[in-house]
Amino acid sequence: MDLGGISPILLLASLMVASTPILLAALGELVVERAGVLNLGVEGMMITGAITGFATAVATGSPALGFLGAAAGGAALSVIFAVLVLWLKSNQVATGLALTLFGLGLASLIGQGYQGIRAPSTARLDIPLLSDIPALGPILFRHDWVVYLGLALVAGTWWFLSRTRAGLTLRAVGENHDAAHALGYHVLRLRFLAILFGGACAGLGGAYLSLVRVPQWTEGVTAGAGWIALAIVVFASWRPLRLLLGAWLFGGISVLQLNLQAANVPVPVEVLSMAPYLVTILVLVLISSGRGRARLAAPGSLGQPFHASR
Amino acid sequence: MKLNRRTLLASGASAATLATLGLPVRAQTEPLKVGFIYVGPIGDGGWTFQHDLGRLAVEEHFGDAVETIYQESVPEGADAERAITQMVLAGADLIFTTSFGFMDATANVAAQFPDVKFEHATGYKTADNLAVYDARFYEGRAVIGHIAGKMTKTNKIGYIGSFPIPEVIQGINSSFIHARKANPDVEMVVIWAYTWFDPAKEADAAQAMIEQGVDVILQHTDSTAPQAAAQAAGNVFTFGQASDMEAFKPVPRISSIIDNWAPYYIGRVQAAIDGTWATHSFWGGIADGEVLIGEITEAVPAEVKAEAEALRDQIAAGTYHPFTGPLNKQDGTPWLAEGQTATDEELRGLNFYVEGIAGEIPA
Repeated sequence: MDLGGISPILLLASLMVASTPILLAALGELVVERAGVLNLGVEGMMITGAITGFATAVATGSPALGFLGAAAGGAALSVIFAVLVLWLKSNQVATGLALTLFGLGLASLIGQGYQGIRAPSTARLDIPLLSDIPALGPILFRHDWVVYLGLALVAGTWWFLSRTRAGLTLRAVGENHDAAHALGYHVLRLRFLAILFGGACAGLGGAYLSLVRVPQWTEGVTAGAGWIALAIVVFASWRPLRLLLGAWLFGGISVLQLNLQAANVPVPVEVLSMAPYLVTILVLVLISSGRGRARLAAPGSLGQPFHASR
Repeated sequence: MKLNRRTLLASGASAATLATLGLPVRAQTEPLKVGFIYVGPIGDGGWTFQHDLGRLAVEEHFGDAVETIYQESVPEGADAERAITQMVLAGADLIFTTSFGFMDATANVAAQFPDVKFEHATGYKTADNLAVYDARFYEGRAVIGHIAGKMTKTNKIGYIGSFPIPEVIQGINSSFIHARKANPDVEMVVIWAYTWFDPAKEADAAQAMIEQGVDVILQHTDSTAPQAAAQAAGNVFTFGQASDMEAFKPVPRISSIIDNWAPYYIGRVQAAIDGTWATHSFWGGIADGEVLIGEITEAVPAEVKAEAEALRDQIAAGTYHPFTGPLNKQDGTPWLAEGQTATDEELRGLNFYVEGIAGEIPA
């Protein structure tokens, strides 16, 4: 197939970059949902992280501190959500949506005065030796450190959820909070920590947009990436490694779509734009129809408020 | 005006009642209330930012005689109609809706409220109380197209299109025609982003172009993200779109097309105050000061800069039209004969590429 001027190596390399923000946000949401909480406020936390990270980076001149500020900003916003749904037992769907709207507004408020300013640039991390490997080098080993952080977090989350006692407890809380409570686990405390982690990850993802990919503060910089992150979690059927695949798929198709256009390959844009969503539906159908398999694998207590008296 | 919940509710309700009855909502002594519907956030640094500068110019020019209100980031589509209606109910006398996609919504609301004046940007539907206004961006694109043709070393220039509508197709054709005139070997790559404003997507589009050897990027989307992508890549040139985008001077941004709406807005608000407002279809260009060419930076050689400025002045003087024959359509069939210029009518419905551009316009 003639792909014109598309270089597969550069394409894969930009896929890694394009998928990083959604990967980070989706990873956080995955942990939150595994703990049994549905937080639809990812978009709001992402954009809050984007601006707090940007502001921190501009103030300190250090992108690393910027990402730290982004994680703090995203986590701070998620505290609001946590207090509302965990202790005040508000509806998780409605609260999450409200958090998105609030986050968008808050970010644009904080962002006044940051327009047109440029962020300090994040250094690219050329890993010596490895980055010189033909083909694999440019694809895998010539990125900024946040890309590697994202991958490390995926591996870490997988390890935590499947190989540690605390991860098992977290999953137990998500599967059946009453049983976990009866066993003496602190359901609310665990969920609170999960929500904080989710907020911090979403903040990092947002900051990746405002500090590396765009890299500038513009209102609405996330432009719906948070919703895609939510879709990826479902696509991945709540598993970290599949999540990586999903993020690459979503990020890859959006990059591929633009590259195909630039190379003048006549593939309708609309087809590629809807492809990831079609695949998500397909995956859901396949997973849920598999006989003998654990249906959708959605955590059993997902979206249900917990109260110890029930 | 002091607001509490009761008066707010009451005024909303009475305004609604009066508006339904078709009665004038307010007394003449109150300031004229001018509303603006924006498609993006004011902070986009591009299209909406420039419209808001126009609004601020109106406020400054008229002082207390005018009160302005605005709503930003209004999605194009069904929700726009609600937003515009809400603005009418809030008492606006004159409403500017500033994106092509608001056309049907504006026309619908205008039909419901014959006493409110509407102005829709870049569309073509008019009514007794609905005027349209637009800017001849293609005039500016001719100038930057010329610069692009001269500045490219790879002979590949890129154009990030928003939506396949006549305004954007005019821009693509105009910049391509003049890039080819400046450099017969030039080729153009077009990417349709299907958005007016999505920084990440615009950055990716610019990145995809750069990876395929494009070294001059023109954009018809509103964020500064492509500028940043070009800057990161080095040796890639860009042009500011809608706003000057001066933060990226002197490179990658080597010039810009600036939309200057202030003169038009001030003129129309004055007409509304004087009672001389009437519907029209206005299409201003470089000559009217509605399209400005931003500073051409020192990265551009002096003779190219002089040529570009001469082109700009010819267009302003009316001695040159960017769409002057001989020009063929993409498939080779003749469009304009030698010396013939495109009519406004043709341009408003432009739906084909000129000869030399590869690719198809998506349906």
